[in-house]
Amino acid sequence: MNPANKQQSDEPVDSFADNGLDQLYNEADYWHVNVGESKIHARRMPGRFRRLKWMTACLYLIYFFGPYLRWGGRQAILIDIPNRKTYIFGLTFWPQDYWMLSLVLLILAIGLFFTTTIVGRAFCGYFCWQTVWVDIFTWIEEKLEGSPSARIALDAAPWSMRKTRIKALKHLIFLFLAALTGVTFTSYFIDVRELWTYYTALEGHAYIWSVPLIFMIGCYCGVALLREQLCFWLCPYARIQGVMIDPQTIMPTYDFKRGEQRARIGKGDDKSGDCIDCNLCVAVCPTGVDIRSGQQEGCITCGLCIDACDAVMEKVNRPTRLISYRSLFERHGEASNLWYKRGRVYVYSLIMLASLGGIVYGTTQMGGLSLTVIHERQPLFTRLSDGSIQNRYLLKMVNKEKKELLLTVAISGVDGAMLEKSERLIIPAGAVKSHTLFVKAPEDSLVAGNTPLRFTVTGQGFSADYKSVFVAPLE
Amino acid sequence: MSEKKQPHDVEDTGHEWDGIRELKNDPPRWWLIGYFLSPVFIVVYLILYPSIPLINDYTRGLLGWTQIDEYNESLAQLKIIREPFEKKIEALSAQEILSDSEMKRYAELSSKVTFGDHCGACHGSGGQGKPGFPILADDDWLYGGTLETIIETITDGREGEMPAFGDQLSEREISDLVAFVIASSKGERSPAGHDVFMGETSGEANCVDCHGEEAKGDHDMGSANLTDKIWRFGGSEEAIRRTITYGVNQDGKMTRRAIMPTFGTKLKESDIKKLAVKVWSFGGGQKPQEE
Repeated sequence: MNPANKQQSDEPVDSFADNGLDQLYNEADYWHVNVGESKIHARRMPGRFRRLKWMTACLYLIYFFGPYLRWGGRQAILIDIPNRKTYIFGLTFWPQDYWMLSLVLLILAIGLFFTTTIVGRAFCGYFCWQTVWVDIFTWIEEKLEGSPSARIALDAAPWSMRKTRIKALKHLIFLFLAALTGVTFTSYFIDVRELWTYYTALEGHAYIWSVPLIFMIGCYCGVALLREQLCFWLCPYARIQGVMIDPQTIMPTYDFKRGEQRARIGKGDDKSGDCIDCNLCVAVCPTGVDIRSGQQEGCITCGLCIDACDAVMEKVNRPTRLISYRSLFERHGEASNLWYKRGRVYVYSLIMLASLGGIVYGTTQMGGLSLTVIHERQPLFTRLSDGSIQNRYLLKMVNKEKKELLLTVAISGVDGAMLEKSERLIIPAGAVKSHTLFVKAPEDSLVAGNTPLRFTVTGQGFSADYKSVFVAPLE
Repeated sequence: MSEKKQPHDVEDTGHEWDGIRELKNDPPRWWLIGYFLSPVFIVVYLILYPSIPLINDYTRGLLGWTQIDEYNESLAQLKIIREPFEKKIEALSAQEILSDSEMKRYAELSSKVTFGDHCGACHGSGGQGKPGFPILADDDWLYGGTLETIIETITDGREGEMPAFGDQLSEREISDLVAFVIASSKGERSPAGHDVFMGETSGEANCVDCHGEEAKGDHDMGSANLTDKIWRFGGSEEAIRRTITYGVNQDGKMTRRAIMPTFGTKLKESDIKKLAVKVWSFGGGQKPQEE
């Protein structure tokens, strides 16, 4: 380093080393971030939010039973990749209709923004598959191993027959549920009846075994092993939602003015607040967060601490809502707008409505006939013996109807141009067909270079057109 | 998970920049596992796959895998898919292939590579021709545009012939003949040069023997139709003069070259059939005349 520069920078560095850095190091000693060094065994307590969590978890029954619904002789919801068709009840989506998928994704993304800006990470707390699966898995764990303290004791205990039996049974159940998740996922892509015959006969393509297997391993690692660590360190949505929260968003919040100073029952003085420092809010937290330290990255806003605290407050005859859904403004005693009085709620709603409109429009416009015309490039044109110019075209027609279509082709836009012969084309139901056509025109009626040429196919009340080009020589 | 030490508890390496110390923390466990697994992977790979070059050979690996085998396997798979079609092609006549839309499509698509390898260099990948080489996409045929004659042309090849008239005709006669040919391509009958064309002038030279009285050419002989707008060797005055003066496939540098090689010995009969269907479908195929 240049000595002159060093001279200049000496002072600030020294002062930082004297105070700032030591302070930073000291502070780091107090930081406690859960990195999975101790396993979180959350307590389960009944309450309002617990009930809500069960109800939202039940939505996933749709996922498990969805593939077994039938519609008109086939699976009601099926993404048939080899045939490039997606069926959702009566609707059939072709690859051409996939622009609607982007609108669905837009609705889901904006829907996440919408919910997060109003009630915080409600998706994380109630709807996320990771949260729901962990909730179910830990429920099973509690049934097998007992209360959190029993579980901690069992983990610490030396291996015995009893411990082996319990642990083996638990992991078997976990693996079974993970496999079921994977098989269900796969059955949205292959007819579920076919899939089960393959599984029961132990045969079939490698994919129908490998896809659920990969899913099973992922589910087992994510839900049975990583658990809340996945939310902390892997999930991008946890971080994305953090920036969508604003001071008017309501989230589980500890009323520090009322709660502090914490004091155990019977040990308080006149300075003590309502919090009796029972730590139950920490004990019930599925991510092991202490909500009394304020809103933090680990909080999935599931409200289980609210259930716990309210139950305790009732027991000790103090007012409830020591922890409750509040916005940052409310926590500081300021007024907060009602949710429907906020601009971004309307912006998000508008985007979602527009996308929904697009999907409704798209689904009503589906079906029918579509046409693409590809002009042959080698050669761009051919001079025939009578001096006229011939162009070659490839017509690609998609018949999305459930019946065969009989079509006639017409052209317009170039003077004197005519089809080599008038043809009736038969496109079978639900088929893509290509057809080569020649168009010729006498040279004296042609403009040199490119002239737009419109192809129209019509028949049985359907029609489709496509703008192509007729190429004539330049001289 | 490796043990995470607090900054005050851990030794540093002695490196310090602007008050930031480099600590001697262990690297993460997952990273170490990956680090030690990579040499294991290398060893396993060396044993299983061809890897070490020797002086005259290389280590083959236990699996016996080679790239060319993998290529041949996928080629064999393609063959299995094509086999039923190929069998059908062998059994059908070119005309039958043409009238079956599925077989026609197969013939056109599967002969793309054959066409590119053997025909495209002269005739262009879409049959658009090149200067000096005939266009296949138009409706003018020297030897006939029916499937039968196309197959004949591909199988046996063609060699055009036209005498060089430079020695036999005077400068003026050639000029008259050029004017006659240009006029006839416009559908006119120019009086000048007509006698030359008919061989009514001095000498043995005449055009009518090959090109016919109406100058429409003859498919059996491969003589060009002079009344249409398509020129085998260019339609400018200069080009026509050269063709008349030096002829086709005669001696000398200036003569026109028109030789199509024989493919009957190079290609299978079914490949030629497929090519004929492809060429016919370029846009100028002719139906067999029923007379």
